Amino acid sequence: MDELIQYGPELFSGFLKNLLLSVLIGFFSLVVGTILAAMRVSPTPVLRAAGTTYVNVLRNTPLTLVLAFCYLGLSDTLGLIFSTEVPLYNSFWLAVLGMSAYTSAFVCEALRSGVNTVPMGQAEAARAIGLTFFQSVRLIIFPQAFRAVIAPLGSVLIAMIKNTTVVAAAGYTVDVAAVMRETFDTTGVSIPIFIGIVLAFLVVVLPIGWYTGWLSRRLAVAR
Amino acid sequence: MSAVNVLFDAPGRRGRLRNNLLTAVSGLALLAVLVWTVLKLDEKGQFNWEIWEPFLTAEVWQGYLIPGLMGTLAAAALGAVFALVFGAVFGIARLSDHRWIRMPAGVIVELFRAIPLLLLIFFIWFLAPNVLGGGDYALFAIVLALTLYNGSVLAEVVRAGILSIPKGQSEAGYAIGLRKGGVMRLILLPQGITAMMPAVVSQLVVLLKDTALGYFIVYTDLLNMGFKTLPSAYPGTKLTAAVVIGVIYIAMAMALSAFATWLEKRSRRSRRTTAKPVAVSAVEGPAGGA
Repeated sequence: MDELIQYGPELFSGFLKNLLLSVLIGFFSLVVGTILAAMRVSPTPVLRAAGTTYVNVLRNTPLTLVLAFCYLGLSDTLGLIFSTEVPLYNSFWLAVLGMSAYTSAFVCEALRSGVNTVPMGQAEAARAIGLTFFQSVRLIIFPQAFRAVIAPLGSVLIAMIKNTTVVAAAGYTVDVAAVMRETFDTTGVSIPIFIGIVLAFLVVVLPIGWYTGWLSRRLAVAR
Repeated sequence: MSAVNVLFDAPGRRGRLRNNLLTAVSGLALLAVLVWTVLKLDEKGQFNWEIWEPFLTAEVWQGYLIPGLMGTLAAAALGAVFALVFGAVFGIARLSDHRWIRMPAGVIVELFRAIPLLLLIFFIWFLAPNVLGGGDYALFAIVLALTLYNGSVLAEVVRAGILSIPKGQSEAGYAIGLRKGGVMRLILLPQGITAMMPAVVSQLVVLLKDTALGYFIVYTDLLNMGFKTLPSAYPGTKLTAAVVIGVIYIAMAMALSAFATWLEKRSRRSRRTTAKPVAVSAVEGPAGGA
């Protein structure tokens, strides 16, 4: 218990960094994921191919590799492309960049599968009663797609929050996992510290799962 | 366009014209960015033979990539086998009629699904020498953590698969005089396995990708050997090394994903079960782990 009291403040501030990362990554990956999903359903073949390639590459690469590449390879690569030395050594933003790129692929797939669950007849009926494109999207398609998307998006969100523990691969070594590792390294393994961190994650993660599950059940219609 | 979806009507004359214009403009823009990047990289000698040449030599493959790949595959194979066993046991335990079996199994499954995998790996890695005596526990930590996490997700898949079988099936089993064990073994499991297979294989993709977390505890996996050790032995190959091992990871994961998709199509038209295939997203998004 002594270790938990001694390292508690440091661990807690590390955990808050994980949460801050989660908020930023959640925002950016939602924006990029929406754009990607729009690309993947667009009638333009080039955009569709570009979106599909991006999603397939990012979804099938381990997050650790994506982050390690951001940290160790990106400044090299950008330096090579822009021929000047790019000062890309802010590891916090590198972590945000890498994880947003990774998470947006999953957000894209969740959104896309949500749109695909809306039956074709719904759009046809909307058209038949004379709604315009935007009206039918706003009034008919989006509400139904939203309902189908809540639970998968909730899972993506939970996975993303848990994944923020990997940001040390991007060189960002003040998050809770890195701090935990350091305390284990210096003072030996401590079970109270581990339990404390796990409880912190449970407090954040479990309610999200319950709420999204409850919401998607409540909004579900009997078909 | 090939895929008809709910958002767009089949385009008319003006729509087709607009689509063609958009295609041309976006194609040109993308091509310009691509060509510019390639030219810049070429200017910096990134396509020079000496940077790519090592990846065609036997030493690089024998000394770095193949041992790394073997480490990754060993961790993934062991993790997959143990996770499947763990998932089967706990998935069935969660469906038990006895509260004292159902409750602990449920707590364990929910708990390990919510713990970040890397924390679990660190914890086991640091704890193992204290409990089991000295030695190298990198592989042990990865396999055990992968088993606990993916096994818990698989337990939910197993549970969903068995619950997706219509009630009449087990009722018919009881009606012909089978007991609980018999209904599970002869009726529910054979049908449930068909329904849950696609989700199981999708989860194995997650497991395979998560072996890359071995990077943090210096396990000799593909990421460590290919992206850390290799570029330091062959200076200037950082970008090329990232490309090569990235392609290997993507190829392995996509092959497994394609297998899962094929299984799903197959089980959708299979007459061997009345259960619908279990969707992975119904259990947990495939984004799980790292």
